[in-house]
Amino acid sequence: MPDFAQLSPQLIHFWVYLSASPLLGLTITLCAYVLAQAIYARCNYSPLANPVAIAIALVSIALLASGMSYQRYFSGAQFVHFLLGPATVALAVPLARQLPRMRRALLPLSCALLTGCVTAIVSAVAVVLLLGGSGELARTVGPKSATTPIAMAVSERLAGVPALTAVLVIGTGIFGAVTARFLFNALKIESHAARGFALGVAAHGIGTARAFQVSAEMGAFAGLGMGLNGILTAVLAPWLVPMVMRLLG
Amino acid sequence: MLPAFALLLLFQCLGEGAVFLLGLPVPGPVAGMVLLFISLLLWPALQTRIETAANELLRHLSLLFVPAGVGIVAAAGSGNGHWLAIVASLIASTLLTLAVTALVLRRMKPEGEGDA
Repeated sequence: MPDFAQLSPQLIHFWVYLSASPLLGLTITLCAYVLAQAIYARCNYSPLANPVAIAIALVSIALLASGMSYQRYFSGAQFVHFLLGPATVALAVPLARQLPRMRRALLPLSCALLTGCVTAIVSAVAVVLLLGGSGELARTVGPKSATTPIAMAVSERLAGVPALTAVLVIGTGIFGAVTARFLFNALKIESHAARGFALGVAAHGIGTARAFQVSAEMGAFAGLGMGLNGILTAVLAPWLVPMVMRLLG
Repeated sequence: MLPAFALLLLFQCLGEGAVFLLGLPVPGPVAGMVLLFISLLLWPALQTRIETAANELLRHLSLLFVPAGVGIVAAAGSGNGHWLAIVASLIASTLLTLAVTALVLRRMKPEGEGDA
């Protein structure tokens, strides 16, 4: 049996090898997610135990503890990150399945989308300005309910700070996914379609992920809300944000 | 499973192409989703072919946000000391948007038994 003094240079060697390959980042991501899912299940799928938030926290702790840089971590995790693209495309499948119901509810869905989109942009900008935030911050916060790539593009067009917009988008998604059930219960909104659609509009992909864990129907409507709100935010935010800023001085 | 995944990637490529050619203000995957949606309406047989793979991918949608989320934790700390305004805006706006969207939907279709 090798003694520790002999083993440790080998161990360091192994660590250097491992942390340079994409394997470690990928392993950490999947293990953290599996653990987060187990915690989520243990908590009876309570929205408070949001698996995205828990997994992010676990990976962040692992990176801090090991001193691994984010760039190095991402060289492995990018393979998971990449799947966001095909997953977004895949949202078309549950959408197509729910089409007959959506057709019947075309007018209510359009109205809910429009009011929800305007509420998201106007309220975010207004609260920042009323609490003394800068104009740049208001432009950064405006598109926060849209899905990350759209929100960042809109923020850039408005001369906000796209990196900070990305932080706010993820924060919005997690906060929405965690609080939605309690809010809907308080408002006595029972329909899975209405709950899902609102989650998708307000909390984009992370809200949609939460909705899919409740039911396929809720997920389909969340995906619809997310997709439509992304497109509508890209259209409305560039003139709605400056308008609110002019109104509030 | 594999043909279905290839199909998803193909539609993502088509979406990226459409965005590039038409200068659309949306990301490629969103355009790809719209294109796949239209194709599913035109050829309903496609639905059964990709349903299993699509649902499997969507079941683990949460996982896919983890790498970007970690990067955001790593990058947090900018925000120029306006964290109160930022956090208040995020909380108020998210709750308000959830409530308004769901209430408008219910208001306009009150009779539907669980329908949207």
